[in-house]
Amino acid sequence: MPETSTAVAIRELTLGEAVKEAIAEEMRRDPTVFLMGEDVAEAGTPFKVLTGLSAEFGTDRVIDTPISEAGFTGLGVGAAMTGSRPIIDIMFGDFVCLIMDQMVNQAAKVHYMSGGKWKVPMVLRTTLGATRRSAAQHSQSLQAWFAHIPGLKVVLPSTPYDAKGLMKSAIRDDNPVVFYEDKMMFRFKGPVPAEEYTIPLGVADIKRPGDDITIVATSSMVQVALGAAKMLEEAGISAEVVDPRTVWPLDEKTIIESVKKTSRAIVVDEGYQRYGVTAEIASVIAEGAFHYLDGPVKRIGAMHVPIPFSPSLEDATVPSEKQVFDAARALCNR
Amino acid sequence: MTTVTQESRASSSVAQKWLHAYRQMMAIRLFEEQVNDLYTRAIMPGLAHLYIGEEAVAVGICEALRRDDYITSTHRGHGHCLAKGAAPDRMFAELLGKEAGYCKGKGGSMHIADPDTGNLGANAIVGGSAGIATGAAFSAKRLGSDRIAVCFFGEGALGQGVLYEVMNLAALWKLPVIYVCENNMYNEYTHYSETTAGDILTRPLGFGVPASSVDGQDVRAVNAEAARLIERARKGEGPSFLMCNTYRYRGHHVGDMNREYRTKVEEQKWMSERDPLLILSNWLLAEKLADSSQLETIQKEVRAEIEQAAKFALEAPYPNPEEVDQDVYA
Repeated sequence: MPETSTAVAIRELTLGEAVKEAIAEEMRRDPTVFLMGEDVAEAGTPFKVLTGLSAEFGTDRVIDTPISEAGFTGLGVGAAMTGSRPIIDIMFGDFVCLIMDQMVNQAAKVHYMSGGKWKVPMVLRTTLGATRRSAAQHSQSLQAWFAHIPGLKVVLPSTPYDAKGLMKSAIRDDNPVVFYEDKMMFRFKGPVPAEEYTIPLGVADIKRPGDDITIVATSSMVQVALGAAKMLEEAGISAEVVDPRTVWPLDEKTIIESVKKTSRAIVVDEGYQRYGVTAEIASVIAEGAFHYLDGPVKRIGAMHVPIPFSPSLEDATVPSEKQVFDAARALCNR
Repeated sequence: MTTVTQESRASSSVAQKWLHAYRQMMAIRLFEEQVNDLYTRAIMPGLAHLYIGEEAVAVGICEALRRDDYITSTHRGHGHCLAKGAAPDRMFAELLGKEAGYCKGKGGSMHIADPDTGNLGANAIVGGSAGIATGAAFSAKRLGSDRIAVCFFGEGALGQGVLYEVMNLAALWKLPVIYVCENNMYNEYTHYSETTAGDILTRPLGFGVPASSVDGQDVRAVNAEAARLIERARKGEGPSFLMCNTYRYRGHHVGDMNREYRTKVEEQKWMSERDPLLILSNWLLAEKLADSSQLETIQKEVRAEIEQAAKFALEAPYPNPEEVDQDVYA
């Protein structure tokens, strides 16, 4: 019989609520934190993730901007260098194309170019993920671009718990951190303790232990991997799901140790497969666990096409549980 | 008697102010000539974009700033850094890639940055620092300080969209930033009339940003206008735009030797009739605020200082190779 008298109800939050709570807590803790972006104040973003923040902190800390991504991101870089901790909100991850000079040539390089004198403690908050029927310019997952650049950190939370703890660390970090939320997961629920906690950047999490195959998955793809793992279990294959949580810094050790144990690996990420996150992690595995592998490392990413509009086409571009399941069975010869 | 004493005190403080400006402009001129020499003798690696001819702009503006005010600079940035208070020895060291440089040799000529003098950094992307300068002004205002930011850029940056994006933000939020356009008439190798439509000053005016232009060869004119704009920014009256009309004596960079895109007559005319050092020294002499021996002494002292600074940098060690992956992350 369960001891109802001592059981504590585990609080559940959506991923969006967890992100908002992290931002609110850090804004209460540190008056130099502000948030800026398109429709972030009264509207609380078009995804309604930040609703209520401007009421608590005022519109001089939760600031609506013109539709000028490069301008307000550049402003964020300068503000970060001079005593503020900005969170710059880029509504759709596709719009990062408009801010690449500010992020790559400015934010990422300021600390190094100045010989370590200036710092850019800034969070760039943006989204990834397809299947929202938003077509080619509102659906991309371009996290690999930022992970390619020295000086930037890239965070890809997959659960509300991780999102909150990682966002708090990102805000406290003294470097420019790109924080990706899957826009299809804002309503995804999970346990989030009410007590204060942070999750360090660069520490992977084993989302499901297993023995026969390692599935390294990021962000939205963690749920896909877990779904596939369930199907695999029914087929008699024990899959371990490793979530790096940050693609830079990358917890190579945890990934390699897992593959050494299982001898097989699949890497899943929603970004384009070519030259992407899956390519990098696959090569980390190949270099770090080659002699333990029983087969090639399999990569599964987005198809190499612009994201189409039609649902029947769009769904085909994104990695699915079935794809991961089939790939795992093939690798395990079962 | 009292009146005479007050007058002489006043004139001596005026003399002091402009002799200091003269010294600063001379320091930039001689620094850049030394850079040219080091570069053409293949001692200095990389690229060097010389500020010779434009000295009155940086000095006129920076003499009106406080040490803790912010500047952002450009690929042609040595003048701004020196005018804001950087030391020539550590400047040379940076240009030569030495450990003692302002950025430990990691930035070089186009990236000198120095928090001690409010220098947020020179920037090798044309218009690239407009966001940073505007952000510094945003921080200053939000955090309740009365610092202001000056964004230096060349007229070539007028082609960059981000400049207008941040000008719009600065106007909306009344940020204490001054956009200083150094119009030296050449976007690299192309005359600005071929690249710039309409009247430049109407662009900031379109955002409601007050815009003025000034003779960028006359340090007193630049300084007076800068002081006015700085005062209004510090009082919370918002951004402004100042175009300084000037001329780049040398090529786009040291390697641009022949300059087929403009005439030697034009160059000669600017150098003989519109030289900023000459304009100031002529005025100092005419007003009897200085005599020629004083000016010669300044030149001699600055020359010795620059030579000493270059010697320091030439003898300084290169960074240890182990330094290469330090400072990527804070």
